[in-house]
Amino acid sequence: MLGIVRQNVGGARGLSSQGLGNYVMRLRPVASAMRNYSAGTKEMTVRDALNSTLDEEMAADPNVYVMGEEVGEYQGAYKITKGLLDKYGPERVVDTPITEAGFAGIGVGSAYHGLRPVIEFMTFNFSMQAIDHVINSAAKSNYMSAGQINVPIVFRGPNGPAAGVGAQHSQCYGAWYGSVPGLKVLVPYSSEDARGLLKAAIRDPDPVVFLENELLYGESFPVSAEALDSSFCLPIGKAKIEREGKDITITAFSKMVGYALKAAEILEKDGINAEVINLRSIRPLDRATINASVRKTNRLVTVEEGFPQHGIGAEICASVVEDSFGYLDAPIERIAGADVPTPYAANLERMAFPQIEDIVRAAKRVCYRSVPLAATA
Amino acid sequence: MASTYLTKSKSFIIHTLKSKLHYTTRTSHFTNSLFHHRLLHTLSPLPPVPKHANYYSIGKDYVARRSHATTSASSQINQLPVESPSSQILDFPGGKVKFTKNMIFTSNSTEERVNCYRVLDDNGQPFTDDIDLLKINKELALKMYTNMVTLEVMDTVFYESQRQGRISFYATTTGEEAINIASAAALDNNDFVFPQYREPGALLWRGFTLQEFANQLFGNKHEYGKGRQMPVHYGSRKHNYITVASTVATQIPHAVGAAYSLKMEKQDSCVITYFGDGGTSTGDFHAALNFAAVLEVPVIFFCRNNGWAISTPVNEQFRSDGVVVRGKAYGVPSIRIDGNDALAIYNAVCEARKLAINEQTPVLIEALTYRAGHHTTSDDSTRYRSVDEIERWKGDQNPVKRLKKWIESKGWWDNVAESEYRSNIRKQVAQAIQVAEQIEKPPVADMFNDVYDVPPRNLNEQEAFVRKTVKKHREDYPADVPL
Repeated sequence: MLGIVRQNVGGARGLSSQGLGNYVMRLRPVASAMRNYSAGTKEMTVRDALNSTLDEEMAADPNVYVMGEEVGEYQGAYKITKGLLDKYGPERVVDTPITEAGFAGIGVGSAYHGLRPVIEFMTFNFSMQAIDHVINSAAKSNYMSAGQINVPIVFRGPNGPAAGVGAQHSQCYGAWYGSVPGLKVLVPYSSEDARGLLKAAIRDPDPVVFLENELLYGESFPVSAEALDSSFCLPIGKAKIEREGKDITITAFSKMVGYALKAAEILEKDGINAEVINLRSIRPLDRATINASVRKTNRLVTVEEGFPQHGIGAEICASVVEDSFGYLDAPIERIAGADVPTPYAANLERMAFPQIEDIVRAAKRVCYRSVPLAATA
Repeated sequence: MASTYLTKSKSFIIHTLKSKLHYTTRTSHFTNSLFHHRLLHTLSPLPPVPKHANYYSIGKDYVARRSHATTSASSQINQLPVESPSSQILDFPGGKVKFTKNMIFTSNSTEERVNCYRVLDDNGQPFTDDIDLLKINKELALKMYTNMVTLEVMDTVFYESQRQGRISFYATTTGEEAINIASAAALDNNDFVFPQYREPGALLWRGFTLQEFANQLFGNKHEYGKGRQMPVHYGSRKHNYITVASTVATQIPHAVGAAYSLKMEKQDSCVITYFGDGGTSTGDFHAALNFAAVLEVPVIFFCRNNGWAISTPVNEQFRSDGVVVRGKAYGVPSIRIDGNDALAIYNAVCEARKLAINEQTPVLIEALTYRAGHHTTSDDSTRYRSVDEIERWKGDQNPVKRLKKWIESKGWWDNVAESEYRSNIRKQVAQAIQVAEQIEKPPVADMFNDVYDVPPRNLNEQEAFVRKTVKKHREDYPADVPL
């Protein structure tokens, strides 16, 4: 548990140098988050990854604070901020009245003055109430003020569909925020992604939109010792090749990475060797990695849960056509959510979002392997 | 960065929340004594349960939960939380509430409006006999007056330059010069200013030069905004004046956030934010005032109620008694002042600043004034209001004239000084315009930086591409665009 020991010591060092003696600190090890396997691999849920990251970053920098609905006393609507109120006090873990526009605006204002807020939206569907502040007050401020105002703020929360939450709680905002200059948009998949990208987001001087996924919160992933270190950080704008392959490239982000990996296993049995790219970052989009992969495999399927029109897949298609047209052996296929407000009934909801079979079939179509086009919306 | 673990408000909030779950408040202490220690003999017989539906639906919850904590629940369920039988009081979260047998709806209008604080009357003479209130010395008075005149002249000349086609857009502060200058005079230079767009006076007071104003209007390469924004969107980090944004009222919650940051740092300064009557209709205004009261932050909310939001008069904007009464609704100390009286503004902002910093509380100031000019150069206000109305306010209620009368009566100013000063400033402004017009525009290099802290690869590629294109087709691009 070297990572834990290092974290506590590092935190304490950070505290004294920032004069945090006045804070009543009760450092708690992140022991509960870890499960030791006999072989020594450590696993961690995404929830604990995010929680430990917030804990470490708040300990290291007294300017970092968390604000949102239910983040304090309730321990977080999804328990991501569990234990932080007890540890850091109500000044740094602020429970807010119900006004996203209000607390997003206040967060931005405090960032103008030098604090580093981490604003939680209960889901990004509610961020629409605050989107003027995210875009006009946060994203554009550095530019409009010619560098006089920078906004080191992070907006985070679950994005996209969960399970049975209906149309107003299921939309994916990757494409919406991904189109705005001045923002950085990150989409973690695994626990390692969650830790590394959230640390990068909090330390970044620009506003970052951090799109999590509710269903991934409870999923466990193995984490390396390096990822457990409190100084661990992933670069923003770099995609990760989760699985190398040579026949077809599948791009995905967030929960769909897991689906794509399972689809790749199925395709392997049919002799199709798929390369799966975990985007990690929607803005800036790692066009270089995607294009390099397509130039290797010559075929591409993009996967996302959001609506198809003007989606992430559309941008990736355009990028590949612009940069690697000559390398394509087949038209690109986009797999996206159905073009309908998400229905609630479980059977309908299942049909409204990409499933593993959809990805498998699309990959086969792109490889010209027999399967006729499924009836599309 | 020393700070207390629990601020007063937070401890109250946690206290209240805990009371809902664990009954550790004064109330439950009282009820504990009632139920557990049988102190009934100290009270007269309890009155019967009132049939008022409103109370009961609130009280029922309270009473029902409390009954779980006792052994003799059944007999106590109908008992009321009272201190004494004669004045029935509900100890509700937020404070005690007295009951009444009279069913009275509060009126939708107030016959008597909140009074308006003023120091000088329409003729620039003290409205009060209390000389102490006029604690402005000659130096300060003249500095305020001359800045107001500068602002007035600057507005006139810049407005004309837009009409001549030399700049694309302008918004005057005509009629609101006192608000602009006197409020800034009452602040410290370290106090952060979050403006709307009709408050360049605060910048002027803090030393922004006419040339700096002109540079921004022409969007040349010397202006601090690097030509990124429309005219009058001034911003200056070194003057603690946050860049103007076009979005209405978004600066109000920003100000609260910045004040929160100040509070955490325990600085001896406050934040002021300005907005108009129209801005108070937004959701941002509501959320900001509500939050500021809950978070207890040192922020001054300064509302320039100038009667018009473009073409919407105040009686179509809201039906409350102006903006000052809204402060009370949010639990924010508020005052209404004469927005054309420089001395009243100065006094009120001085006091508000003291309150805000010493007691860590937001303060709301509603300054009644009049937008004597058009909304901007894109507006012709004679289309929705009478020329007579405009002329009347420009005449009698002119804040510049009023202060002039006072300083003249003190012997500190006269007409010779006046005409000299005005012609001097007019020359300076004209000069600033000429100079600003000649300066080069910002280079193409400034188009792609500041989007992020460090330009990402795609922006570097785009910039390189633009440069290449401009070089290759020089004839298609204006000659005065440097690379």
